Order: sequence, then C-alpha cells, then structure tokens
Amino acid sequence: MARVHVLATTRKEARSEVSDERSRTERFERIFVPHLDAAYDFARWLSRDERHAEDICQEACLRAFKSLDRFEGESGRAWLLAIVRNTFYTWFAKNKADAAAVPFDDDGTVAGAEIEASVESMERILQQRDARRRVNSALEQLPPEFREVIVLRELEDLSYKEIAEVASVPIGTVMSRLARARKLLLQHLRPTEES
Amino acid sequence: MDCTETRRHLHPYLDQELDRANVAAVDEHLASCEHCKGIFATQLALRSGLRRHASYHRAPRALAARIRARAGGERKARWQWPALGRWLPVGAAAAAAAVISWTAALQYASVPASQIATEQVVSAHARSIVTSQLIQVASSDQHTVKPWLSSKLDFSPPVPDLSAAGFPLVGGRMDYLNDRVVAALVYRSRQHIINLFVCPDRHAKTVAMESRAKDGYNVLRWTDGGMAFWAVSDVNAADLKHFADQYASAE
Repeated sequence: MARVHVLATTRKEARSEVSDERSRTERFERIFVPHLDAAYDFARWLSRDERHAEDICQEACLRAFKSLDRFEGESGRAWLLAIVRNTFYTWFAKNKADAAAVPFDDDGTVAGAEIEASVESMERILQQRDARRRVNSALEQLPPEFREVIVLRELEDLSYKEIAEVASVPIGTVMSRLARARKLLLQHLRPTEES
Repeated sequence: MDCTETRRHLHPYLDQELDRANVAAVDEHLASCEHCKGIFATQLALRSGLRRHASYHRAPRALAARIRARAGGERKARWQWPALGRWLPVGAAAAAAAVISWTAALQYASVPASQIATEQVVSAHARSIVTSQLIQVASSDQHTVKPWLSSKLDFSPPVPDLSAAGFPLVGGRMDYLNDRVVAALVYRSRQHIINLFVCPDRHAKTVAMESRAKDGYNVLRWTDGGMAFWAVSDVNAADLKHFADQYASAE
C-alpha cells in the first residue's frame, strides 16, 4: 500500500517535473533565444575570432538555461550579454597563451599620434571603399574594456544602465569608458600620411 | 554652460542619457560655440560610421540547434532514462528538443478566446524572431505591405509610415494569437524589432493603452475603432509607448 503510494507520488512528481521542464524550455525560447545574434556578435567582438565566439556563445547560452529561474530582469538581452561577457573572461583567463596570438594593444593609442580625426577627415574616410575594414580594425584594436562598452552602445544599442549591468561597473565608469573609447577610435581613424 | 562643462556632458548628450535641463544648456552652448559644435559633429560622424560600417556578426544557423540539443540533453539527464540518455543518438535528442519547444510554443491556443494573454503576445513575438518567419512581405513601403495584408485577411489594418519618428517599417506577415488570425506589422527601432499585432474586435469599446511587462519584453495593448492592437518588443517601455503613440495618432 505504502509502496503503491510512493510510486504514485513519484509518477506525479515526474509528470510535474516534465511540465516544469517544458515551461523552462518555453521560457528559454522566449527570453534568450531571440537574442542569440546579439550574444554571438558580442562574443565575436570580445574574442575577435569566429570559432571562439561560437564556443563562448554556446557555453553562455547553456549557463543562461541553467540560471533561468533566477531571471527576473527587465532585459533578457542585457542578462544574456552579461553571461557572454563572464564566459569570455573565464575563457580568456584559461586560454591566455592562445589569446596572446591576437595581441591586445596596451593602451590603444598609436605611438606619437595624439591627433584626432576632424569631422571633414572622418567623413572622407567613411566614404572610402575600405571604410568597413578601417572601422572594424579600429574597433578590434581597442583594449577590451573600451571595446565592450562601445560595441554594447553602438551595435547593441544598450542604455547606460544596461551597459553598467552587463559590464558590472558603475554608470559613471560606463560614461568615462565610452568617452575614452571614442577618443581612441578617432585617433585610429585619423587620416594617415599616405591617404 | 561653458566649454569644459559642455564637453563633460557631450557623451551623455549624444547618447540621449542627459536630463532635460542639461540638454537645453548643451543645446544653447552648441548654438553659440563653433569649436564645441565641431567636436560634436565629429562625434556624430564617428557614430554614423560605426553604425554603418562596423560588422554585425549574426549567429551561424547551426548554433541555435546545437544549443537546444545540449540544453535538451541536460534536461533529459536530470529526469528521465539517465542510463539510456548516453545511448541516444545526438540527432534524435536534437530533434526531440526542437519538437518539444515548438509544440510547446503552439499550446497556448487553449486559453479562452476573450482574453489573449500577455504571455501569448510575447511568445508570438519571440517565435517570429527565432523561426525566421518574421517577414512574409518585406517592404519599407506601406503601399506594398497594406494591400498584401488586405489580400490575405478579411480586414485591413492601418499601416502608417513612421520612419520620420525613427521607426522604419520592415514588413508584415500573418500570424496567430490564441487561434485568431492577426496581422503582424514589423517595425524597427534601431537594433530592436517591434511586432504590432492587429485584429478586428467588434465587441470591444475603445480602451486606453495598457502596459505590461513579461520575460524582458514590453507589451502595450489598446483597442480603437473596432480593432485590437498589441505592440511588443524588447525596447524599453518609454520607447515602446512613443512608438504606439505615433502609430495610434497616424492611423
């Protein structure tokens, strides 16, 4: 009798777990999967490598799936991007030798070039045929702490508050890093002597 | 406001994160200072250069399937046939996970017809983005989208051009909410997609906009002139309200 009872309870529990798991899958599809492109793009800009970006993005999504019950946030996009960022830095710490193959520019400045592009030269550069290559390379050369805020702001269209959440820094830091990132980009994009 | 202060506020000003009083002060300074105006113009040029030229890398198609398979696999390991799990071919696991998620997404149809829940609206929005079924008629031209929808539906939803307000039209499709056929208009707000669902609702009186949030999305619903409207997106509530106001006043 007791045995039957136990069995019935287990079955009921199993059934409720199934529907629980199903609703978890539904929530995951709703909350995170629509932001997969954003997650991949951010991972790609952080790691600067397609294959690593896929691994980081996949790992981050699985972490998001596991921590689904803790999601109460206002933005699924910001929550997922924060996980991508943490996953990237964990990966980065583990694969320093690997990552060193793509060297980070120490302070992002071009030696001896404190001059920024002017509005005229910016517009000229951006009309040239290699504008895409130049803009991408300027972004890739930024140190990661500046690259992440500018990518989140200009490509992912996050607010200061959301960027602060993703990068886990105060809003004031977001502001000063954005200003610094833009200054560095203008230095990288200034016309070279031969152009 | 002087030059030093203006430059301190320039980035929040550019990013529309500055409070109204300071915006007015920066506006005033920029109108009278050529030097600061030049600095601001350079920042604007940089922004448009980044948005136009920087690569946006979309996730490879296989990635979503792989993530579903892995998430599904972990779920299985936790509650069913733990010993069998490792013998299941990966492909079958992937297929099972996909079937579960899609059938699950379709099961909201059992909710009473009088009430379309916020959750269904959010699910329809998320589904449209995930399944690449977002657009059936792709056009930024309202005069293409409207006739297409009218030819498929027995009603004709308003399709205003809102590009001047920062919400370009991307296209439209037919969709289902709670077993009802609805028109879905797709607008964009920078990187965000806004789905606007419309269907006739003859019994309903005009209802003012009602705001809801669910799972990181905002939903606005209202009825007007015998039509029910739902705007849904992951843009913030204020921007969605701005969109809905623009749409409602342009109808």
